[in-house]
Amino acid sequence: MATARTPLIRRPWRLAAEAGALLLAAAVAFPLYWMVLSAFKPAGEVQSTEPLPWTLHPSLDAFRRVFQQQDFGRYFLNSLFVAGVVVIASAVIAFLAATAVTRFRFRFRTTLLIMFLVAQMVPVEALTIPLFFLMRDVGDAVPGIGLNTLGSLILPHLAFSLPFAIWMLRGFVKAVPEALEEAACLDGASRSRFLWQILFPLVFPGLVATSVFSFISTWNDFLFAKSFIISATENSTLPMALLVFFKPDENDWGGIMAASTVMTVPVLVFFVLVQRRLVSGLGGAVKD
Amino acid sequence: MTLTVKEARAGGGRTPLTGARRGRPPSRRGSRWTPWLYLAPALVVLGGLLVYPIYQLGLISFLQYTQAQVSGGEPTSFQGLANYAELFGDGQFWQVLLATVLFAAACVVCTLAVGCSFAVLLTRIRAVPRLALMLAALGAWATPAITGSTVWVFLFDPDFGPVNRVLGLGDLSWTYGRYSAFALVLMEVVWCSFPFVMVTVYAGIRAIPGEVLEAAALDGASQWRIWRSVMAPMLRPILVVVTIQSVIWDFKVFTQIYVMTNGGGIAGQNLVLNVYAYQKAFASSQYSLGSAIGIVMLLVLLAVTLVYLRLLRRQGEEL
Repeated sequence: MATARTPLIRRPWRLAAEAGALLLAAAVAFPLYWMVLSAFKPAGEVQSTEPLPWTLHPSLDAFRRVFQQQDFGRYFLNSLFVAGVVVIASAVIAFLAATAVTRFRFRFRTTLLIMFLVAQMVPVEALTIPLFFLMRDVGDAVPGIGLNTLGSLILPHLAFSLPFAIWMLRGFVKAVPEALEEAACLDGASRSRFLWQILFPLVFPGLVATSVFSFISTWNDFLFAKSFIISATENSTLPMALLVFFKPDENDWGGIMAASTVMTVPVLVFFVLVQRRLVSGLGGAVKD
Repeated sequence: MTLTVKEARAGGGRTPLTGARRGRPPSRRGSRWTPWLYLAPALVVLGGLLVYPIYQLGLISFLQYTQAQVSGGEPTSFQGLANYAELFGDGQFWQVLLATVLFAAACVVCTLAVGCSFAVLLTRIRAVPRLALMLAALGAWATPAITGSTVWVFLFDPDFGPVNRVLGLGDLSWTYGRYSAFALVLMEVVWCSFPFVMVTVYAGIRAIPGEVLEAAALDGASQWRIWRSVMAPMLRPILVVVTIQSVIWDFKVFTQIYVMTNGGGIAGQNLVLNVYAYQKAFASSQYSLGSAIGIVMLLVLLAVTLVYLRLLRRQGEEL
């Protein structure tokens, strides 16, 4: 076997490893390539029993079908709104909580930390039943957040992304030297000023990494959208819109692939934008 | 120390004795209520949307709760353990439980194997191929579960998918057989979850100082020895994290099974606990049975969590 570090590795081995890596990269990317390709293929080619890995007649028909169908654009905005609110709210709330558990000593601190850890393991899906009834009852009292509203998607996701966000941010808040806080304090900065103008910007890279996870889990949500948005289809999100193209007799694969592309591309863009921070953030959180 | 300065500044006036009264390090900067003030929003959200629903889940699992009770037509009645007795007496439940455990185990093993070997590969290649593999993995990672599911089903479609064509499998329908359907879902799950393992382990390997490895090599340690005695112990905390995360994640798979096998496969042959609970509750309105399944899942994951906590403790991680 070759040695662990690149400079020490022997040349033929490294070339073989690099060729292998490129092949694997192609294999891993292939499903995404096929998705985008099929979205642009004309209907006849998508439903061909001799599928080709390219198309000479790219067409936007599938996308046109997707956006003309019902309110796909609206579903898209709904998904974006739900994920956006969850990301921002969970970042702020988790930041405060992470600060509390890392920069203060108080009774029940360790207990709380363990609770946050345990909370991450709660099978979200198992809570669909009680949450369904909770949303129904809350909806009777506060119409804005009951069943069939976007609130019924935002609130559970907020609760489910918080424990992980707090757990991850802990490391980032801890990494800010305490001397900084003391200095700020001696310079006469108030607590909230220190919190928002000094600590917050310093922890921001960690917040980005954390937000990726809350964004993805919310954007991906299928179960709650399926269970809580029953009759108000105008409040549906993307995953539900995607299912419309599955038909009992024959699936509209072109439409499914176009809708999938529309649903995936924003996440891809988001990932590429925060990629560096994500990797360093994960490293930082894990090293801690 | 500076603690006293802070105590005097921030704590002064409101609760001056806070720190001194308790025999622990005084809370720095601010009154004893400050941390609770910061924690309040999180605790309200978690209490209302996590703790309370868990309590409700437990409660419903002990009640008779079907469509009649939900609509208010009949009063709810306490059933004791009757729901659990019904569940445990049902052969299908045990079959689903076994399938869930085996399926999750297979997913975890494959995800870790692929993720770790890709991570090691990443450390041995130059920047360009590394970037290519990293970007491809990020793409798979970023793909929402539902679109990943639809794309994989399409890839393996007996009529229009390229996989059967390339492998010469004719019109083999992957979702028709029990094992082939599970295998298909497994491939999708591994595809979209190995990147997390890969990136995390890669970050861990990169964090090992090169001098340590060089020193070991200079001392004449073999590759295997370096891996076993130097790298593995240093990577252990990371491996624990990714393993536990994978276990938790794979045990809870819902979307992939639901979408790829159309709600649990033909005659429920591809059901896992999550989908089973959902079908019981929302498709056949047996909310109490669905809740009892939820409680079983909760307990299994709680057990996993306890193991995790013990491992963390043993590593001496400070909470």
